[in-house]
Amino acid sequence: MRIGVITFPGSLDDVDAARAVRLAGGEPVALWHADHDLQGVDAVVLPGGFSYGDYLRAGAIAARSPLMQDVVAAAHGGLPVLGICNGFQVLCESGLLPGALTRNSHLHFRNRDQVLVVERADTAWTQDYEAGQRIVIPVKNGEGRYVAADADLDRLEGEGRVVFRYAGGNPNGSSRDIAGVTSENGRVVGLMPHPEHAVEDLTGPSTDGLGFFTSVLKAVVNA
Amino acid sequence: MVVDVVLKPEISDPQGQAVLGALGRLGHDSVRSVRQGKHFVLEVDGTPDEAELKQIAETLLANPVIEDVELHLPKD
Repeated sequence: MRIGVITFPGSLDDVDAARAVRLAGGEPVALWHADHDLQGVDAVVLPGGFSYGDYLRAGAIAARSPLMQDVVAAAHGGLPVLGICNGFQVLCESGLLPGALTRNSHLHFRNRDQVLVVERADTAWTQDYEAGQRIVIPVKNGEGRYVAADADLDRLEGEGRVVFRYAGGNPNGSSRDIAGVTSENGRVVGLMPHPEHAVEDLTGPSTDGLGFFTSVLKAVVNA
Repeated sequence: MVVDVVLKPEISDPQGQAVLGALGRLGHDSVRSVRQGKHFVLEVDGTPDEAELKQIAETLLANPVIEDVELHLPKD
């Protein structure tokens, strides 16, 4: 299975994401934002970082890059897409996911190991978890506060589109403790915390993040 | 053309609140609230196409999920 990892100018965690794909048993494929070529990959990861220096709004300019036009079209056709941190911001800016990420309510960059509750274990990226399971992966952001209009939040909750919620303290003031959401078809997932930093005991607080990448390998096979 | 982008009233603005706190510490107690926004100045060749400029403002300069735009077209 070939999992693409897009590098934008200012991406930081593309190498870690590729490593996580490899540890899960997939073949990472490096993709460049300025190309119009998805290279036939089976799924795509948008990594963390500060694409375009967070100019204008975090993720705003990357969301309008050439390759993102292909990602949006392919996602509407069912391609699994995972956005982590800045990648989540890019997905919201591109319209693939609802809501927006704004400045943390306390204005501080927050970097810590974070408990998440898995609310949806049937998306392309979470089927190796169980609903209600608690996982610990790092969170590190300055603009991670998830917001949307109250009516939209009610609709998302009603449709079961909240995939992860913060537990043991909300690190950024996100509405309703939302850490991650999914598309209507469960193929596109975005979250602020970093599963790719929790795939090996040596370097992470756990190996709880590996399940994202093993999940999508199964989702691709079963598609 | 000038475009001002401001957070929607229902979106909290922690940066504006931080500025408000600083003003209070400086003794400017009469300031009741601060909302921080962005100010864009666009120079356009020829006669500005108002519809196009509106589209630019609403699809790139602002994120309609969280922000409102105010367009200020040059008066002739």
